[in-house]
Amino acid sequence: MDYGLLVMGAPYTSAAPHSALRFANTLISKGHRLTGVFFYQDGVHNASLLMTPPQDELNLRDAWIALHQEHGVALDVCIAAALRRGLMSEAEAKRHGQAHFNVAEPFELTGLGQLLTLQQRCDRLVTFA
Amino acid sequence: MSSASNRLVIIRHAPFSSNALREGLDVALVAAAFGEAVSLLFLGQGVLALMKEQGVGAPGQKATLPTIDMLAMYDIDQLLVPQQALETLNVNVEQLVDGVTVIADHTLPELISRHSHVLNF
Repeated sequence: MDYGLLVMGAPYTSAAPHSALRFANTLISKGHRLTGVFFYQDGVHNASLLMTPPQDELNLRDAWIALHQEHGVALDVCIAAALRRGLMSEAEAKRHGQAHFNVAEPFELTGLGQLLTLQQRCDRLVTFA
Repeated sequence: MSSASNRLVIIRHAPFSSNALREGLDVALVAAAFGEAVSLLFLGQGVLALMKEQGVGAPGQKATLPTIDMLAMYDIDQLLVPQQALETLNVNVEQLVDGVTVIADHTLPELISRHSHVLNF
């Protein structure tokens, strides 16, 4: 079965990203396919390049990147939700006259249409909030 | 994007307590702009988003009511509220914006299964 995930909880605040990652790894290990993960609302913080938890804690951004590298899972971040919360790519930082950026590949800043498309392409879209 | 798909967006958060309501409504608006038939279902505290005389919130907090008023322009005219949600909040349908449809609670499972796509905010 083809799955998509919608993640709306912030790392280290909500259990949602941890649950979503466990679900992602489990469904892949059971032979299902994970087409993409869409980060919305406070979930956009999962994409922060500057996330630096203590060394004995899981770095959630790195865990998402590993999911992308090992299984080709698309990592899409809602651009409006991200900009509002201070997350942006180098191109967006330039566009908005900001001195810094904190989102880079494989995370992609994209529109909400991508969430609708993901849901249409998958057999199941599961929300973690 | 298929115009045949009909989408149910479920709103469960009150205005101003978080950004969840506004960002949920944004999804409904984008889906409608893409030509999907969108219905909105308000559950629990989400019903408060429909209060006719709601204030504008704390200074600097953007009001929600203008977005609710804008839904009709996007052809989102299905604003559904279960009867039980009104009773729990002790709210009359007269206190809500125009165009709200009150539905019986036992119709919820059928309502949800009738939609090809459901998103929950």
